[in-house]
Amino acid sequence: MSVAQERLSAPVAKAWYAPEQLTERISGLALHVAIIGITVAWLVPTVGLFVSSFRSLGDIQASGWWSALSPPFRFTLDNYSSVIQTNGLGTALLNSFMITIPATIIPTTIAAFAAYAFSWMRFPFRNWIFLALVGLLVVPLQVTFIPLLSMFRALGDMTGGFIGNGTFPAVWLAHTGYGLPFSIYLLSNFFRALPSDLFESAEIDGAGTLTVFFRIILPLSVPALASLVIFQFLWVWNDLLVALIYLGGTEQVAPLTVKITSLVNSLGQGYQLLTAAAFLSMIVPLIVFFSLQRFFVRGILAGSVKG
Amino acid sequence: MASVTFDHVVKRYTADVTVVKDFNVEIKDKEFMVLVGPSGCGKSTALRMLAGLESITEGAIRIGDRVVNNLPAKDRDIAMVFQSYALYPHMSVYDNMAFPLQMKKTPKAEIDRRVKDASRILGLDNFLQRKPRALSGGQRQRVALGRAIVRNPQVFLLDEPLSNLDAKLRGQTRIELQKLHRDLETTFIYVTHDQVEAMTMGDRIALMYDGVLQQVGTPGDIYDKPANLFVAGFIGSPTMNFVPVTTSNGTAKASGFSVKLPKPVGETTGVLGFRPETLTDRITDAESALEMKVDVVERLGSDQFLYGTVGGDQVTARVDPRLAVAVGDSVRLGLDTRTLHLFDAKSEKALL
Amino acid sequence: MDILITFLTGYLPWIIGVLIGVPALLAAYIIGFEFVIRLLPQERQGWVRPWVWVGPALAFVAVFLVYPTIGTVIVSLEDKQGNFAGLLNFQHVLADFPTGDGWISIRDNLYWLILYTGFVLLFGVLLAVLTDRVPYETPVKSLIFMPMAISFVALGVIWTFMYSYQPPGAPQTGTMNSLLTTLFHAQPITWLQDKRVNNFALILAAIWGQTGFAMVILSAALKGIPGELLEAARVDGAGEITIFRRVIFPLMMPTITVVGTTLVIFSLKAFDVVYVMTQGNYETNVLANKAYLELFTAFNKGRSGAVAVILLLAVIPVLIFNMRQFRTVEARR
Repeated sequence: MSVAQERLSAPVAKAWYAPEQLTERISGLALHVAIIGITVAWLVPTVGLFVSSFRSLGDIQASGWWSALSPPFRFTLDNYSSVIQTNGLGTALLNSFMITIPATIIPTTIAAFAAYAFSWMRFPFRNWIFLALVGLLVVPLQVTFIPLLSMFRALGDMTGGFIGNGTFPAVWLAHTGYGLPFSIYLLSNFFRALPSDLFESAEIDGAGTLTVFFRIILPLSVPALASLVIFQFLWVWNDLLVALIYLGGTEQVAPLTVKITSLVNSLGQGYQLLTAAAFLSMIVPLIVFFSLQRFFVRGILAGSVKG
Repeated sequence: MASVTFDHVVKRYTADVTVVKDFNVEIKDKEFMVLVGPSGCGKSTALRMLAGLESITEGAIRIGDRVVNNLPAKDRDIAMVFQSYALYPHMSVYDNMAFPLQMKKTPKAEIDRRVKDASRILGLDNFLQRKPRALSGGQRQRVALGRAIVRNPQVFLLDEPLSNLDAKLRGQTRIELQKLHRDLETTFIYVTHDQVEAMTMGDRIALMYDGVLQQVGTPGDIYDKPANLFVAGFIGSPTMNFVPVTTSNGTAKASGFSVKLPKPVGETTGVLGFRPETLTDRITDAESALEMKVDVVERLGSDQFLYGTVGGDQVTARVDPRLAVAVGDSVRLGLDTRTLHLFDAKSEKALL
Repeated sequence: MDILITFLTGYLPWIIGVLIGVPALLAAYIIGFEFVIRLLPQERQGWVRPWVWVGPALAFVAVFLVYPTIGTVIVSLEDKQGNFAGLLNFQHVLADFPTGDGWISIRDNLYWLILYTGFVLLFGVLLAVLTDRVPYETPVKSLIFMPMAISFVALGVIWTFMYSYQPPGAPQTGTMNSLLTTLFHAQPITWLQDKRVNNFALILAAIWGQTGFAMVILSAALKGIPGELLEAARVDGAGEITIFRRVIFPLMMPTITVVGTTLVIFSLKAFDVVYVMTQGNYETNVLANKAYLELFTAFNKGRSGAVAVILLLAVIPVLIFNMRQFRTVEARR
């Protein structure tokens, strides 16, 4: 080829406004715009409530929350202070802790022992029972309330009101029963994935069942246990139905979810307080979520990713 | 210190799945015995039955004079090094090695002494407080060995300990393991699929295939006097040449050549076996020469391998590296008839 | 403050008591039994031990899940006096097709089933695929996932505000109505009362809450696809959309199925959102709410049980599907 022909056929750096480059750049840009747009839209509901919680009733009724973002800025902390002090939200917060912490610990410990047996011990009907647990994962809670309410009523009579409808122990026990299938499922999956030669080596070393469980399995399972604890904690903290059913709505024992629901019903005209109340109820779960997100996500992924 | 005996040991899972068939071998005290064979031949299962990790369907296994069939693993006085090392990830190197002694309720001072001794032998002194994930593959393997050593067992069981190491480390570790065996003066039973490891490390080799013991002997015995076709083809690299022949009047006739057999055999069909290094370009006996058409030449500096055909059969030859050969050439090679093997066509057993 | 004192004296002792006591009790139970088990001959130990370990769990599950389910089925077949009444309750609940209460509830649940599941999956896949291609993926996924952390009650409050209504002409305070009037120049709607849209309004709120869940799982599945497969496809000349259609989507199918079935279950369980935002009024009464209302406002155990049984029947296909899936996966191990 002549020099001129060679120069013509050599690859030329494309200008940024050349057709192919432009399409690529636009589609790249479109992607970013789409994602950021979706994310902003996703945040709107929460931000709307957050902003509203700092506005007085008059402002809330007069204009949308977005107007608060432009002058004149009229913000107030009244909603928060009145909701904490006068509306019993403090007690509700304590009740939430009182319900959630035991209802997390109890199923986790029971599930840990059971999951070890399902994963590494052989016994008749093991696979059938586990299969039944898998089935129970989807049973709607509504189908258990009526008999259990009678049962708790009877228990209340027997134990002089210690365990019965409207008591914390009743809710702990109910959440334990409801939470066990998922807890056992999650922990079993994790335990079964532990390398078998670890156990064989321990067997040769002379370690008995207790030693293997407490000194080998538990320390290695901390991530899975953490995931379960967080998952169960959030689940119980955010629960409304089980608390409504077994605890009832009385002021002294109602957790945040029940309390806020009753505020929704009763406040009619005063719903500026509702904004603050709702936001306060979100603080604890959001803290738990953002600081321990990794574990929460792992809990959700347990057994969900297939293929 | 003990010998190990497998006495008609069988491992059967279901009626049609028998993984180990009538396994008989006696391993001497302080011996380094290698169980070798391809994947699925039953060698690991045999080892695990000895360890107590698998039940024994039939037969007896003895350690020393004791029959151990019904003894739990921890009472058999054995130690095992697993292929993946099986180190406890959340424990330090020291704790990993101390663990078996803690299980035996050994007093703390004794534990400390034994762990430090083992660590010194294996060069782990600087790593005692580290966790396994902070160690290299070779270091982890040494911890696994250390955990076995502190138990002072009668028998060491090793299940493919080198397969997770890279090639260079493997060579180094092979040497270290042999030294360790000499120092500890204890029976070692070593399972591998790698025939090089078997040949270099074992005092004796037990070759298994499809659950059946093929041959037991020293590396030299197995190399020079393979009992059957499988053994002959498994040991030695490049593989022995196999050429179908018919025999009559003390001569074996292949499609491309014929040779005089060192011993009379009678009229049969069989497979003639000869190793690549028994072919040479310096022909001494014109009657046992063959003509090879070269397809591929491999020059390794210290060796030269020729791959080609003789008549209708594929043949490999190892020749002097200075011999000038090109692809497509026809070379005349002499065959050393003293090292011929003949295998019966049906039974595959050695006739010579 | 009083609250702090109440907490420390009234609540904290209990919480710590349970926090330490329950694990200690269970451990003592297990260890105690272990000593008993060790007295048995070696071979028999393995027969007894597993049952000790799974005992508490099985007891709880039997008492709180199995027994009451059976009990509810029985109750659904009884009348108010407790006598056997056959399918009376079911007849009552399912009366007046298609305008009867029961059928409205079933219709509402179908809306949830199809729209909620469909859109959550759609958005989940879309977001998983889109976020995979940007470097700021992690914070975006966090923000979209965040609604999962809050209770449905808080979510209900947030969206009640979103759907605020002011009479036409007055400035709109709800985000949705504001968009409606400014962007589309339409009249504001009472989203939660208007029977034409209220179910969809509730479902939209739930979609907002749960898409993050689907997105996270589908994103993990997406990342499980070996990059080399996609590179090979690109080298083969496939465009991005083809790659999605013929490589990515099929490989994600198993996970999509699992997420899908989970969402179906969630849709059937929807209670909180409806309870907080509409209490089930204006024909938004899904079955879960109906069961609750029959029990606690109408005091009708039989009918409440019947609704619960209908819910159970709706769940059974998913139950069977899950169990089958589980057995297939197990067989492959």
